[in-house]
Amino acid sequence: MTIEFTSSEMMSITAARALTNDMTCFVGIGLPSEAANLARLTHAPDITLIYESGTLQTAPDVLPLSIGDGELCSSALTTVSVPEMFRYWLQGGHISVGFLGTAQIDRYANLNTTLIGDYRNPKVRLPGGGGAPEIATNAKEVFITVKHSKRTFVKDVDFITTVGFGRDGKARDNVPNIGRGPTVVITDLCILKPDPETKELVVTSLHPGVTREQVIEATGWEIRFAEQLETTPEPTDEELTVLRELKARTDAHHAGN
Amino acid sequence: MAEFLSLKDAVKTLINDGDTVALEGFTHLIPFAAGHEIIRQGKRDLTLIRMTPDLVYDQMIGAGCAKKLIFSWGGNPGVGSLHRMRDAVQSGWPQPLELVEHSHAAMANAYEAGAAGLPLAVLRGYIGSDLPMVNDQIKFIECPFTGERLAAVPSVRPDVTVIHAQRADRKGNVLVEGIVGVQKEAVLAAKRSIVTVEEIVDDLGASVNACVIPSWAITAIAVAERGAAPSYALGYYERNNAFYKEWDAIARDRELFQAWLQENVFEKGAA
Repeated sequence: MTIEFTSSEMMSITAARALTNDMTCFVGIGLPSEAANLARLTHAPDITLIYESGTLQTAPDVLPLSIGDGELCSSALTTVSVPEMFRYWLQGGHISVGFLGTAQIDRYANLNTTLIGDYRNPKVRLPGGGGAPEIATNAKEVFITVKHSKRTFVKDVDFITTVGFGRDGKARDNVPNIGRGPTVVITDLCILKPDPETKELVVTSLHPGVTREQVIEATGWEIRFAEQLETTPEPTDEELTVLRELKARTDAHHAGN
Repeated sequence: MAEFLSLKDAVKTLINDGDTVALEGFTHLIPFAAGHEIIRQGKRDLTLIRMTPDLVYDQMIGAGCAKKLIFSWGGNPGVGSLHRMRDAVQSGWPQPLELVEHSHAAMANAYEAGAAGLPLAVLRGYIGSDLPMVNDQIKFIECPFTGERLAAVPSVRPDVTVIHAQRADRKGNVLVEGIVGVQKEAVLAAKRSIVTVEEIVDDLGASVNACVIPSWAITAIAVAERGAAPSYALGYYERNNAFYKEWDAIARDRELFQAWLQENVFEKGAA
């Protein structure tokens, strides 16, 4: 490793590595989209990327600003209607991984993108659920990527927009035709995975140079660490170069150049 | 058969105060020109339906057209919040806005059920979500064949649907290309419909399986060149991503917003 890297780059590259060539990934906009396309441009050239706007098997040259940028459609194998996307492709069981971001996440990996505060009298109104509530239950598993902070990582989310494992870790038990739910959460500090029994998120790997104290400080509950705590491998030069080129192309494109 | 009208006349004759109106277009082909004409004509007390309210509803809400919003994702894509929508919800400015909130899957299913003439849509959805606790339009039913618990939502049946498309032929058949979203379903689900188009041509140039809405399924067609800007029309112009980013600052401030509205909507007439 010769190039310096930022914690954001560490997050995107680690998230990208979670994806493999044989996956069919339903991609959320923002950080998941960055990671998914980085995976496609590095170690997983044949990964199938699907966006909820109806674009099947897409390969954008720049990252889309919106979920329905023209670039997604032009570079897709085909584009279907939004009802077909949700009914046939997602609900029909063709998605191996749903890749989501969030505004709030709690210890059972429930996601809140609806509001902070009380529903009828919100402190901050957020955009809402979009595709996430059904992506999280109809995809075979869910990856989450989000920046680590006390505001984001809360003990209990104010509102469950999208279920992880519910308020008690048991929301998926005995529900037919439901995916495994979140299997990994990747932040700018670490990797977390649900405990196999309780489903509570546990830190399994710290990014290079990150301390336990930093993670404890940025988490709104008493976070646990795995007994075999690993150190996440550093980004390679190739990964950093491809990510930076992708972001530079994207910035130039969206600035209208 | 669809009637060819000016956008001004189409909005005047087909949209009434108090109507339930859907302006659809999933990030692509968003009918901004029609939305601006609705603002100019001072339509009031509308129930607005749209999966992704986007800037067009932020503008209509800020201009005081809406009393209620049925939606599933209300943000400025890739940028942040819709500040006019947020101001209406959090502070009641310029008037309170009632929210009926769904997921995309439910809204897409509800449009399709509306097009199919059904009273409800059934989906494997909302499992473990709090949304059913705040939206009484979400119920659960038992499958009569398997016993599986499934979500049910009422179909979407707007008084008027408005969409934008690339082109119509001289008989009023319409071609929608690219990200087609829920536009066909939204038109077929509605009592009346307005389709704005970039141009009218002799031949649609549609391939055999293209998304074509026949003239006899549409109420009115109006030409609105660049009628989807600052969103885009595949094959005609690109999305103005820079404006989507600029909107964040304009919409944050009531006075800036009103000045923008005055200059860019009220002082500009419909084509």
